[in-house]
Amino acid sequence: MRLRSLVAAAAVSALGISLAACGGSDSGDSSGGNGGGDATLTYWASNQGTSLDNDKQVLTPVLEKFTQETGVKVNLEVIGWNDLQTRIQTAITSGQAPDVVNIGNTWAASLQATEAFLPFDGEAMDAIGGKDKFVPTALATGGKEGTDPTSVPLYGLAYGLYYNKAMFQQAGLQPPKTWEEMVAAAKKLTNPAKNQWGMALAAGSYTENVHFAFINAAQNKSEWFDADGKPTFTSDGNVQGVLRYLDLMQKDKVANPSNAQYDNGTKAVNDFATKKVAMVINQNNANSSIVANGMKPGEYGVVPFPAPAGGEQVASHVAGINLSIFKNTKNKDAALKFVKYMTDAPTQTTLGKPFASLPVLKDAKPAFTSDAAEAAIFSDIYNTKSKPLPLVPAEDQYESTVGKAMNAMFAKIATGGTVTADEVKAALKTAEDQVAASS
Amino acid sequence: MRDTKGFKIYRAVVLVVLGLFVLVPLYVMVTSSMKPLSDVQGAFTWWPSNLTLDPFVDMWRTVPLARYFVNSTIVSVAATVFSVMIAILAAFAVSRFRFRGRTVFSTTVLSTQMFPGVLFLLPLFLIFVNINNSTGLQLVGTRLGLIITYLTFSLPFSIWMLAGYFDSIPRELDEAALVDGCGPMGALWRVVLPAARPGVIAVAIYSFMTAWGEVLFASVMTTEANRTLSVGLRQYSTQTNVYWNQIMAAALVVSIPVVIGFLLAQRHFVAGVTAGAVK
Amino acid sequence: MSVATPEAPVSAGATPRAQKKRGPDRRPGLSRKLPYLLLAPAILLELLIHIIPMLVGIWMSFVKLTKFFIANWSAAPWAGLGNYQVAVDFDNAVGEGLLKSFGVTIAFSVITLALSWALGMAAAVALQPAFKGRSIVRTLFLVPYALPAYAGILTWNFMLQRDTGAVNHVLVDNLGLTSDRPFWLIGGNALISLITVAVWKLWTFAFLTLMAGLQSIPNDVYEAASVDGAGLVRQWRHITLPSLRPVNLVLVLVLFLWTFSDFNTPYVLFGTGQPPAGDLITFHIYNASFLTWNFGSGAAMSVLLLIFLMIVTGAYLIVTGRRSRRA
Repeated sequence: MRLRSLVAAAAVSALGISLAACGGSDSGDSSGGNGGGDATLTYWASNQGTSLDNDKQVLTPVLEKFTQETGVKVNLEVIGWNDLQTRIQTAITSGQAPDVVNIGNTWAASLQATEAFLPFDGEAMDAIGGKDKFVPTALATGGKEGTDPTSVPLYGLAYGLYYNKAMFQQAGLQPPKTWEEMVAAAKKLTNPAKNQWGMALAAGSYTENVHFAFINAAQNKSEWFDADGKPTFTSDGNVQGVLRYLDLMQKDKVANPSNAQYDNGTKAVNDFATKKVAMVINQNNANSSIVANGMKPGEYGVVPFPAPAGGEQVASHVAGINLSIFKNTKNKDAALKFVKYMTDAPTQTTLGKPFASLPVLKDAKPAFTSDAAEAAIFSDIYNTKSKPLPLVPAEDQYESTVGKAMNAMFAKIATGGTVTADEVKAALKTAEDQVAASS
Repeated sequence: MRDTKGFKIYRAVVLVVLGLFVLVPLYVMVTSSMKPLSDVQGAFTWWPSNLTLDPFVDMWRTVPLARYFVNSTIVSVAATVFSVMIAILAAFAVSRFRFRGRTVFSTTVLSTQMFPGVLFLLPLFLIFVNINNSTGLQLVGTRLGLIITYLTFSLPFSIWMLAGYFDSIPRELDEAALVDGCGPMGALWRVVLPAARPGVIAVAIYSFMTAWGEVLFASVMTTEANRTLSVGLRQYSTQTNVYWNQIMAAALVVSIPVVIGFLLAQRHFVAGVTAGAVK
Repeated sequence: MSVATPEAPVSAGATPRAQKKRGPDRRPGLSRKLPYLLLAPAILLELLIHIIPMLVGIWMSFVKLTKFFIANWSAAPWAGLGNYQVAVDFDNAVGEGLLKSFGVTIAFSVITLALSWALGMAAAVALQPAFKGRSIVRTLFLVPYALPAYAGILTWNFMLQRDTGAVNHVLVDNLGLTSDRPFWLIGGNALISLITVAVWKLWTFAFLTLMAGLQSIPNDVYEAASVDGAGLVRQWRHITLPSLRPVNLVLVLVLFLWTFSDFNTPYVLFGTGQPPAGDLITFHIYNASFLTWNFGSGAAMSVLLLIFLMIVTGAYLIVTGRRSRRA
């Protein structure tokens, strides 16, 4: 390529000038990760704990143990969620990638489409311990249906409906089993004058919103993509599902309009932990936040996020973090060993507690809580009541377009407007067009 | 002088209104940085009821702020030094020589100031990757890559401003120096530069502030190894909490060096802007 | 890091020859290469960081650079004008989004520019005559400009929170203007917030520049006008404003270019919230590229933005009859 050499020449001459005076200020930075045959792996971990530093502290002994066992060194970098997607994109684009990376499992099919990741075909799958060790629904998130997955589950997560036991008891309420019971209970526990609300929603977070669009539509037995991977956003089931969720703020008025600017789940959980709201729907890693913000473990209970009477019992999408290997890794064997190590039972147990994750392995016991009932409920949700988000390459666009459409509709409701079924349909149509235009 | 009553009222109104506009956010930043987390999460209060300096201690642990500080400092200082040196040379050429391509150069350089960053963000990234692949020189995820990028951000403005400044220095001065046996570089070094000191200081401040505050390229071009403050500060909103008090404390601490530097040298900045822009 | 280092090779090559022909008649004999040597570092860096990437960006706008090809981007298929057609097809969701974002950006930059200039002018005029404490006030006014952009914007983000922010505390709790707490970071108010934050940062640059311009107006001009009985408003219209014309020409253009391609303010203020009313164009393009992984389409939008900016700037320079002095 002409351009390439021209650019290189320009750069070198420009650098000659700057380097001459620059001294050694940058010499220490060359990444030790992706070169070298001495089997050092670079591993990008996502932020699972209370801070990046906390993640590092949790992971370091685990990685040291791996080094002891195999002689393979691991270079760890923990990356916050704000940056992770961009970093993965640039890594794919540049080929300057780590060997192993954590991904949000909902991105799996989209990332698979880039062909930058190693497929776990028969041989690779055997090297990490075989596909039979994983919970089948969890493994299903690893890539498009009918293909070799390019990621395998690492941390399992599932949504649950957290409720404040004392508030329910005082109001003489039972934990809800249907959507209708949930709304009725929430209404009873809402008192705007006292700034007391039935529920908190992360209504300004497009990722949270799209999850609930998906779950509510799934409860209506509705799909977002047809068998050919074409978007079918505007079907009745989807429109009604979205509207049902919006109505928690709009019609039922059980959520504080302020929630429309909660741009991540944390804020909703904080409201729950500080007892401003009676219920919150969150993934099971909320536990540490709840406790950190002052609520004691015994003060809350969890039930599956309920479907409307007669609806499909879907309480969550199959949430969690997957592990992928970049195809251009120079340390394929070591990377496979590492994936095996991370997904084996002992490591799963060690990390399950600090990261409040569900084990992705069959028959494993959750370690994230000492409350057996809570553990059983989340295991049940994860193993039997969850459905993977659409396993299509356009999944990432589905998340951003539908999620943002929901952000905008919540914003409209919060600022005093109303959103009708027709408007939901129109918004979903726009989202569908956007997905169609760029696929 | 214009000290009529009307003017004094006008001045008082302007000072109060704009003073409040400027001060209130600064006040909020300072006081919120001294509140415990529970207080910044609750209703806003003008006066912190529980004064604490913990955020200033905790902020170094929640994110590796010290490392980002070092990165930002090295990147900004180096970008400033190189940018100023390169701008001086180019401005001297533009101001003191007639040569073919002078107009093209000035127009092109100045118009690059207009390029929207998003247009060349990804291409630049690809180019850096190619340089790395063909020469082994690591530019992505290193401070060197950021230095090279940032120094060009302030370059067009710096050249333009310094050229204006040099124009305002009488040519007789450098001609006198030439008579005394200096070459043109000697004239630049001994005569033009000393006379243009305020302009050089102004350009240096501008370059430093540009590099210190850059967000867009930092969001794509940095890894843990070279992360700068502008993106590092985002990490105070974590999976479990948004540490507003620490965000405010960190924002305050990272602002202090630039604000003090700018305010100390502001006279030169004003003089530099005047010479470059007025005329 | 010695300041002289990069000069050394340049002057070493050029000085001896120049010295031979020193004196007032240096021009004809001066090394013809010297100006080019002086410009070389700047040219090389501009090429590397601005010009070549821009050309690559233009190339990108003609290819289908989606997630299917970014791992091997040199193999991306040619899209011809496809990316542009989608971007300007305003009946389509993508084009409609771009058009709306363009409208928001125009409104944002015009209002921000006007307010920043007005506040800067008001303050510069107020501080023109000396008074006790003037330098303190001037220093104070410069702080928002000196603050790193993200630090100021983060503070505003904190202040604009609905339940815990200072802004609503003032409006609702202190002044009781409204009983319903308004939202500032979502819905229609997002644009107001964006403008407020941008003005907070930019007016002080306008102030700085105008103040510098005012210093060049001799005081006796005003005194003479006073003696002639001209009021303050007339003095401002007939003396201050005309004298500031050259400053204003540059200032307005710079403010326009800055505000129109402002990325930091929406990015730091809204994060992933991205309210449609605050969807400035560079932010829109950034999201179009990185969230939907369609870099070809993002590049096409960027090129359109660049063309627009060039046309506006060109027209501005022609209309104001003042091309850049050295252009």
